[in-house]
Parts: sequence; structure tokens; C-alpha cells
Amino acid sequence: MATLRKKGFVNKVTIHVLLIIGALLSVFPLYWMFVMATQPNHVINKLPPAVVPGDKLTENFQNVLANIDFFGAMWNSFVVASVTTIGVLFFCSLAGFAFAKLQFKGREKLFTVILITMMIPPQLGLIPQYFIITKLGWLNDLKAIIVLGLMNAFGIFWMRQYIKDAIPDELIEAAKIDGCSIFRIYWNIVVPSILPAFATLGILTFMFVWNDFLWPLTVLRDESSYTIQIAIRALQDAYVRDYGMILSGTFWATLPLIVVFLIFNKLFISSLMQGSVKQ
Amino acid sequence: MYSFLHHDFLEGNTMVSHNHTNTTVRPKGLSDKKKTALAGYLFISPFFLLFAVFGAFPMLFSFYLAFQKWNGFGEMTFVGFKNFSLIFTDPLFWKSIYNTLVIGLLGTGPQLVAALILAVALNSAIVKFKSVFRVAYFVPNVTSIVAVAIVFTVLFSEQEAGLVNATLGLFGISPVSWQTSEWGAKIAIATMIFWRWVGYNSIIFLAGLQSIPKDLYEAAEIDGAKKWQQFLFITVPMLKPIIVFVVFTATIGSLQIFAEPLIFGSGFREESMTIVLYLWREAFSNNAFGTASATAVSLFLLIIVFTTINFFASNRLDKSGK
Repeated sequence: MATLRKKGFVNKVTIHVLLIIGALLSVFPLYWMFVMATQPNHVINKLPPAVVPGDKLTENFQNVLANIDFFGAMWNSFVVASVTTIGVLFFCSLAGFAFAKLQFKGREKLFTVILITMMIPPQLGLIPQYFIITKLGWLNDLKAIIVLGLMNAFGIFWMRQYIKDAIPDELIEAAKIDGCSIFRIYWNIVVPSILPAFATLGILTFMFVWNDFLWPLTVLRDESSYTIQIAIRALQDAYVRDYGMILSGTFWATLPLIVVFLIFNKLFISSLMQGSVKQ
Repeated sequence: MYSFLHHDFLEGNTMVSHNHTNTTVRPKGLSDKKKTALAGYLFISPFFLLFAVFGAFPMLFSFYLAFQKWNGFGEMTFVGFKNFSLIFTDPLFWKSIYNTLVIGLLGTGPQLVAALILAVALNSAIVKFKSVFRVAYFVPNVTSIVAVAIVFTVLFSEQEAGLVNATLGLFGISPVSWQTSEWGAKIAIATMIFWRWVGYNSIIFLAGLQSIPKDLYEAAEIDGAKKWQQFLFITVPMLKPIIVFVVFTATIGSLQIFAEPLIFGSGFREESMTIVLYLWREAFSNNAFGTASATAVSLFLLIIVFTTINFFASNRLDKSGK
């Protein structure tokens, strides 16, 4: 019995040590991004490499501001991500409600079409999309990102699954008999009962749009329209490659989302777990 | 797409509703059933309208463009299969496919194994501070690919003083040219993918693990099954649907790698050229929209091939498992 307990203790210590090493490796690049954001550029060629913060935090960030319109780009990202998220939540819950609770002909077939569109790689239509946006005069316009972002098949799928289980059919029938219009039923009954689904889909959408790169890189060519991802990529192309400056921009661009994640981490992680299991 | 939608719309009023009790007939206007159907079509129409313009049409047009010569400004000229023969005879195109597969394999194979082990560890009853570990392992996924690629560019600097090279130096390994050598670039990019996704996938595995009934393990314990036997004969089979899902999404994701090599290799370097990068370069750097579209179509076919392989492989696993 004593040896068994001892073995259990050794196991417990080993597993914790391994998990801690892994966790440190996982967090280290982010910590190190902060370290480099506080160091002068020449540190990059110094042995041994710097692993503690230096004193160039503000200076590096001032250099960032001299090279790119950092706050403008952050604002663009914020606008694009918020507007897309609100739009996605509205349109996807509306369509999800229709697919889950309203009877109409071809419902299942149309839902299958939605599922199929989820499988198509987004790169397939990239080039014609670019020319459509050009024709519409939306090049360098945040509309180009928002409108395409609203086309969210996953969101409809996700909302349909949730609404199907969350709201009893009887409730909707009763409301109909009381003379509620369908939109009223959506607004007064469906919306208040699917707030957790809004939180999940909202987080996933916001994160996706905030971090998106390929499409913004393609249609946002003018600096005033850059999202933060495109702006920090532009730092790399600056005349002088100052890594303290580049990593300072990267650090400050990354920080807001990490802070939000740390505050709402339970919600983030549980959202994701539900999302994957439902599929 | 349009005709199919339209057809359903016209037929909408003849549908039969099952199981519902809305027999009250309203004197004014449309019947309840018709109203419901109309609302249904109205509510789903935004997606289908957007998809018609910005989804379906561009995809079909890509197939059309793949057979045209076009620089984006002048006239398009039909060239038959010339775009395909152009890219198929371009060694760089094949190199990009090879690179994509190698990077994908290096970045996801070990990662999924690690993610599964990590999930089992995080699910174990003896582990404390689970939520702290979960946050630590998940936080890389919140970081944007652009940020990750920039940080890793500096971590995997070619200089002797680069952090990775300096660390390897401690073990007597001479500095590696991470950004300009054939394997260096691939390993660095695969590491990036590993780092950003391992926590995410382990959280998904963890969700699967938590849905396995505990009494299965208790029964096995009583029958004298060892921990590794329980893992192999209970955990893995019960987790199969999730494993299939994760492998599937990881495969599709790997085929679409773009930002990492673009930013890490700082441009279109041969050793890290992936297929989407090749596509993007043809289109927006070379203004060769015909060959770029032919590449897009090829990528699409490649994804179909891989999806089919995945599908059959998981089916086979299903049969042999029973």
C-alpha cells in the first residue's frame, strides 16, 4: 500500500513537471515578444540572447507610431470585427431560427447547401472576389471585409443546432396562436433564450475577423484602410529593420485580444469545446 | 443556384405541415402556414443572396478564368488548357505542392499526437490547476498568425545569437539557416503551426474525453486492465469521431497555409513556397490571373482528393474497429 501511494506521488510529480514545462514553452514566445519590444535593435545580435525586459518600451513604440498609423489600424480592425460580429449574430440567428423552427418547402435541401458551402476552400473564389470588389469600388474600403464576413455558413449551422434544442416548439406555436408575428417571436422569444450561443459565436467571429490576413491583404492596399494585421506586416517592410520596433508593434497589437481572452478565458474555452463537439 | 431557390419559393405554399396544431384560419391575408414559410425564406435569404454574389459566382468564375489568359486589365483570351500546362510544367508549382505537404505533415502529425497526450494529462484526476494549464496552452491560438510569424522570424533568426540557434549552441549544435535552407524553413514553419494549434486541438480532444462515460474505465479497472490498455482500447476508439474531425480540419487547414511562409520567409522564397502562396504570387504579384485561377482550381481538386482519402480512411477504420 505504501509503495503504491509512493508510486502515485511520483506519477503526480512527473505529470505536473511535464505539464509545467509544456506550459512555459507555450507562453514563452509571447513573453519573449514583450522582452524584445523593450530592447534596442542591436540586442538581436547579442550573445547570450536577452530574456529579461529592457528599457526601450516607450521608445520602440514611438518608432512604431512613426512608421505606421497604429491607432488608425487598430480602430479599423475594431470597426471591421465589431460590425461583422454584430451582423453575423443577427443574420445567422435569424437564418438558424428559420432552419430550426419554421416550416417551409426545401428547408432540408437548402440547409444541406449551407453545409456544402462550408467545405469549399475560400481561396477558390479569391481572384474573382477581388475583381468584384474592384468593380464595386470597394478596394481599400472596410466594406469589402465586412460584407464578405457576413457570409457565414458556420454561424447559421451553429445557431440552428442551438435553437433547435434550446427552444421548445410548443412555445413558438403558443406565441403564434397569440397572434405574434414571426419576427416578434424571433425578437422576444428566440433572442433572449440564445444569449450563450451569441457569446460563443460572437467570440469566434470577432477573433476570426480580427486575426484574418489573406483577404484584407488582398483588398486593403492603401495605408489608411489597413487593419492591424496588415499594418504590423508593413512594419517588417519598413526601410530599416528594427526588430525592437517591429516586435513592439506586434506586442501592442496582440495585447488587447490576449487581455480579453484572459478575462473571459472560461467562456472562450468552453465556447470552443461546445463548438467542436456539436460538429 | 437561383433557379433552385426560386423553384422552392414558388412551391412553398403547397407544402404540408406535419405535427403542428395551427389550425386557426385567419380571415385576413395569408394563412399562418404561408406566413411562416414566407418568413422562413425571408430570414434565410441574406445568406443566399450574399453567397450568390460573393461565393458561388466567384467560384464558378474561377473555373472560367482558369481557361483564359488575362492580366487583369485588357481582354481575356481563351487559351484552353494552356494555363494548366503552364503551371504543371513549372517546377516551382510542384515544389509548392511538395512544400505544402511536408510542412503540413511536420506541423500537424506530431502536433495531434502531442495534443492527444496533453488532453489525456489534463483530463487526469490527479492533475491540479487544470484551468491555469488550459489557459497557458490555449493562449497561442488567440495570437494572430501575423504576430506568430513575426515573433518566430526573430526566434528562428539565422544569426548565431538567434534564440533558437543560441539554445542549440548550448548542446553543441552549429547555427541553422532557418530562413533560407530547405529543411530549416520547413521545420521553423511547422513549429509555428505546432505552437499555435496544439492547445486548441487538445481542448477539442479534452471535450471528447469528458464525454466518455466513467463507468467504462471503472469496469476495465475491475477487469484488471492497465492504464495504457485503457487508453488504447477505450479512449482511442471512443474518441474516434473527434480524431477524425480534427485530422480532417487539420488536413484542410494545412493545404491552405499562406501567412506563415509569406511573413516568415519574408516573401516568396522557394523553400517555403506553398500552394496558396504560389496562387497569390501568380495573381497579385505577376498579374497572371489565368494561371493563378488554374492554381486555385488545382488546389480545389487537391482538397477534394484529400477529403476523399480522409473519408475512406475513416470508414475503413470504422469497419476494422468492429
